[in-house]
Amino acid sequence: MPEFWIKMWEWWPEIFPVLLRATAMTVQVMIGALIVALILGMAVALMRISTFKLLRYPALFYTDVMRGTPALVQIFIIYFGLSDLGIEFDPVSAAIIGLGMNGAAYVGEIYRAGIEAIHRGQVEAALSLGMTPVRAMRYIILPQALRLMLPPLCNYAILLVKDTAIISTIAAPEIMFEARRLVQATFMYSISGQIYLICAGFYLALTLPLSQVAKRLEKAKERWR
Amino acid sequence: MIDFLRGYEDYLGGWLWEMGIASLATLQLMFVSFWLACAIGMVAALIPMARIKSLNLLVKLYIGFFRGVPVLVILYWIYFALPEMGYEVLVVSSYTAAILGLGIHGGAFLAEIFRSGIESLHKGQMEAALSLGMTPAKAMAYIVLPQAIRVVLPPIANFAVGLLKETALCSIIAAPELMLRAKDLASSSFLPMHAFVMAAVFYYIMSFPLMRAVEYLEVKMGKGLRTG
Amino acid sequence: MKPLLRIVDLHKSFGTLEVLAGISIDVARGEKLSIIGPSGSGKTTLLRCINYLEKPTAGHIYVDDKLIGEKQVNGKFVHLSDRELAKERAEIGFVFQRFNLFPHLTALDNVSVAPRRVLGLEKRDAEERALAMLEKVGLAHKAGEYPERLSGGQQQRVAIARVLVMQPKLILLDEATSALDPELIGEVLKVIRELAEEGRTMIMVTHEIPFAEEISDRVIFMDDGKIVEEGPPHEIFSNPTHERTRVFLRQIIDR
Repeated sequence: MPEFWIKMWEWWPEIFPVLLRATAMTVQVMIGALIVALILGMAVALMRISTFKLLRYPALFYTDVMRGTPALVQIFIIYFGLSDLGIEFDPVSAAIIGLGMNGAAYVGEIYRAGIEAIHRGQVEAALSLGMTPVRAMRYIILPQALRLMLPPLCNYAILLVKDTAIISTIAAPEIMFEARRLVQATFMYSISGQIYLICAGFYLALTLPLSQVAKRLEKAKERWR
Repeated sequence: MIDFLRGYEDYLGGWLWEMGIASLATLQLMFVSFWLACAIGMVAALIPMARIKSLNLLVKLYIGFFRGVPVLVILYWIYFALPEMGYEVLVVSSYTAAILGLGIHGGAFLAEIFRSGIESLHKGQMEAALSLGMTPAKAMAYIVLPQAIRVVLPPIANFAVGLLKETALCSIIAAPELMLRAKDLASSSFLPMHAFVMAAVFYYIMSFPLMRAVEYLEVKMGKGLRTG
Repeated sequence: MKPLLRIVDLHKSFGTLEVLAGISIDVARGEKLSIIGPSGSGKTTLLRCINYLEKPTAGHIYVDDKLIGEKQVNGKFVHLSDRELAKERAEIGFVFQRFNLFPHLTALDNVSVAPRRVLGLEKRDAEERALAMLEKVGLAHKAGEYPERLSGGQQQRVAIARVLVMQPKLILLDEATSALDPELIGEVLKVIRELAEEGRTMIMVTHEIPFAEEISDRVIFMDDGKIVEEGPPHEIFSNPTHERTRVFLRQIIDR
């Protein structure tokens, strides 16, 4: 076993910079997808709580399909499928669009649950104080909903980081892709264990702080309730 | 749209059959790794109750590590890295590697679900059982676990949906399942869109009942038990 | 006559907070003892220590001359194993403030679960006994209901039946009525009164002053983890010697 670590130490200068750069790419994809999901998710949520069936049902169907099929399939459809129909994306854009559209379904559910969790009485109380509906939303409902939604949003961000690993399959140069390439291109088969371990380290460096934040937010929420 | 559907003309029958069979492989993969994850998760959830510090730490590390790392890393480790590192004994088929990877990864999630289920019970339940003269083990078996199961059923069903989708990743290590078959068909027919859309439909058919089960359980359990 | 319960210099601290600061009490067989005192005075902790739901920091508890929660090995005190502890607890009943009925079991199963799983009775025997106890608390007709469907008062009566079915030597009641709506208190007090009349040994933590005065043989007033004074109920309630007792009683009555 010590041999394992000695080898890792020897190869560290070769491996680390490559994977560090790849991690930067992973973060970039993750943030891009997060932004798409947060915005698109709002549309999904508003459609879902609408009383208008023509809006509500498509949103429901979108959410269900996105949650019921693997993200890998969705990304393959966007990257390989659409290019077949003449719509070409580079791997990174395809990844951001794919993960973002997939995330919109989850984020939309988080928004919806957050808004619906606020008691009706809150709106009524705000209105009875003379607030306009917009002000009631801005000062009473949203601050409450936000606190409810932040912990699950944070958990979603963790899932998103881990989901970025699958875009290695469409050759987006993120951690897993670069790791595999290191192993194959430079014939470092004998140290693949070390390389994947460092990969795990990079992912943990991203997910562990996030899960700490999620825990904090969860606690803050409970104190406040 | 109609042009698109025409694309299926030559392939529909064969693909339905091929993907149908592959879906069964996916279900089997999911089923076996689900039970493996349950077993691991249950052990990891119950160990902390024995209050042995070193074991506790081990469980914490296990959960912390595997929750924070993508399944793909674990699959690569088991399938590519371990054999290279000289653990030839552990050279396993891609299918076994897939089951191990999904099971170990899922176990970390289920452990958290089980733990929160047990902790969600009012501590008065444990105390009441103890005060009646039950040993902690009996209190666990007759009072705490039967209630905890109801609390954790919806998240477990949710986990199953996630697991079903995760099996698609196993195509990357060439484990025989639906996604791998879809890739094959896509490249042999030069119709990737058609093949992957059809794969998506198959996945949706499999996850649909599970997702409805989650909703049903959430409604049912949400109304159900109240302690105290 | 030897006391049924003997508590010797009991201490309990949570971290740096000392909740019990040396309590010694003897309770005779058949005695009804009430413990009163402001919240945070340690009375609930005392009760929980007797059932070893809290481990005392120091001091010892004996029931029928048998140590509770520990045993002496070569002159040293060691904690009992889970199994030995369970055996002792089976002989002491505990009625919780929040009932703590098992929500996944019917009223009947709530009462019969301990006879079956602790005493090892057959299902039929256990249920027969359980039903008799439900009858005793006037709830035989609710045997098949789940706790959720019962009122607070009914839940507490089931909880009492659950304790009685084990035929405990000693019954501990921790503010058995304080979580109840006012109109439901009476039915629970009625059951407790019947138990008192049967000559059972009981220790109650309570805020029901008139009730405590009526049924108890002795009253203890606790404050800051110590026994401030004790005596027959009429003395404590109508003629307390300590200022703190007087202040406390005035607050309770003015409420």
